[in-house]
Amino acid sequence: MAVSWHIRWDPIRCGAHGYCAEILPERITLDDWGFPIISAEPIGSELEELARRAVAQCPLLALKLERRSGDGRP
Amino acid sequence: MLAIRPDTACWRLLSGPGGPGAESLPQHVTRLGRRPIGGTWLMDVLDASNLRGRGGAAFPTGRKWRSVAGAKGEAVVVVNLAEGEPASFKDRTLGALRPHLILDGAALAVESVAASRAVVYVGRAHTAAREALQFAARERRRLNPRECHFDIVDAPDRYVAGETSALVNRLNGGPAKPTITPPRPHEVGVDGRPTLIQNAETLAHVALIARYGADWFRQVGTAESPGTALITVRGGVVRPGVIEVDRGATVGAVIEAAGGLARTPQAVLLGGYFGTWVPAVEAWNLRLDDKELAHHGTSLGCGVVMVLPAASCGVAETARILRYLAGESAGQCGPCVFGLDWIASAMERAARGRADASERDRLIRWGGQVSHRGACHHPDGAVRLLTSALRAFEGDLTLHLVRQPCPSAHTASTILPGAPGGTEWQ
Repeated sequence: MAVSWHIRWDPIRCGAHGYCAEILPERITLDDWGFPIISAEPIGSELEELARRAVAQCPLLALKLERRSGDGRP
Repeated sequence: MLAIRPDTACWRLLSGPGGPGAESLPQHVTRLGRRPIGGTWLMDVLDASNLRGRGGAAFPTGRKWRSVAGAKGEAVVVVNLAEGEPASFKDRTLGALRPHLILDGAALAVESVAASRAVVYVGRAHTAAREALQFAARERRRLNPRECHFDIVDAPDRYVAGETSALVNRLNGGPAKPTITPPRPHEVGVDGRPTLIQNAETLAHVALIARYGADWFRQVGTAESPGTALITVRGGVVRPGVIEVDRGATVGAVIEAAGGLARTPQAVLLGGYFGTWVPAVEAWNLRLDDKELAHHGTSLGCGVVMVLPAASCGVAETARILRYLAGESAGQCGPCVFGLDWIASAMERAARGRADASERDRLIRWGGQVSHRGACHHPDGAVRLLTSALRAFEGDLTLHLVRQPCPSAHTASTILPGAPGGTEWQ
């Protein structure tokens, strides 16, 4: 089964700092209150490095990079 | 709220003595016989019965028990009688009248999933149910010292206190606020152990299915949704109350069983505050069958049927419910905290004639930005209600959006119960 990377968002930890959307606009946009909306589209190898940076830059550690198999399960 | 006993209703959970008090253990055993002992056999029977959870999510009961029984560690069983939904009275009514049915079902669950702890989680405001269950639990131990011990724990008066992760959080000593999942409670729940959380009505059905079998359960209802259901019928009906009906009954038949319409109807709220408004003509012939309701974009949810009279304003009533739900956010997830408040404000502006046509677009936009963006389903439920209101009250909304205020926007609700107003999370 194909394995791909996805970003998991913890809405309880998130404080709407918005760095993630600046670093990875290809997959993350902001809602009207500044909280990230994360695309369901998997993150390919070309975006993997940026995704790692987006996750690492979150001051509240609200993002996680997760491997998922092709059927969408972690 | 009283249990109604019309001739047309189908009595199973509420059969027996008709008085307002709880049925005693001797009465219960004389009427129904002793309960069997639970075990894996009961999970097979539950699968065959197609019983689904009655707290709102309609998850197959047998499958839930198996996932808890199959998880690592000794399990915990929790009876969920938080019933934080202000429009629903069915669980607290059942708890006050038939505590032994609920506790039979809970004891059967304890034996079937080999649990070592059982908890009854009951809404703080549901005094009659809590006292009846407390008394019933003592009565059972007196008669049979080996009978399962139940811890009775108060659920704070908050809408989300009965949500499963909030329940686990509370029983583990925290506030009754949702947490992110996974891990799900059936894997890691109360005391870090696999936890079976089951709505009180569901367990009462289990008590009867264990005695009479799956075929008996399926004798009434539909193939998809067998058995009976407890329904809270309220709003513009002659005799509001809690009623037990065949799942094959139509919404119209449920209303007739509650004495019929008190006034000309406009719409029906099915499933409570997380539910859907359905125009009355459309709702009338719908059966309480999960598949049929889903096909019409609605569901029975926690079993509320609330009739909105034609003279009431659906926009103003929806604004009131949305304002309540915004206030009941646990305050943890941004889109829920900000989004529900903005949505409620927009609906209030519309009802007061202080909005224009762009308000509808904003409501749709914010609904999309809030739905499925919380740790729990609180924002999703509020958006489901909003979306159904935009459709069911489209005409009224259009009128209000050309700056015609609703005369009822500043008065009290014509049908909604007062908000319980709990402020504690512990």
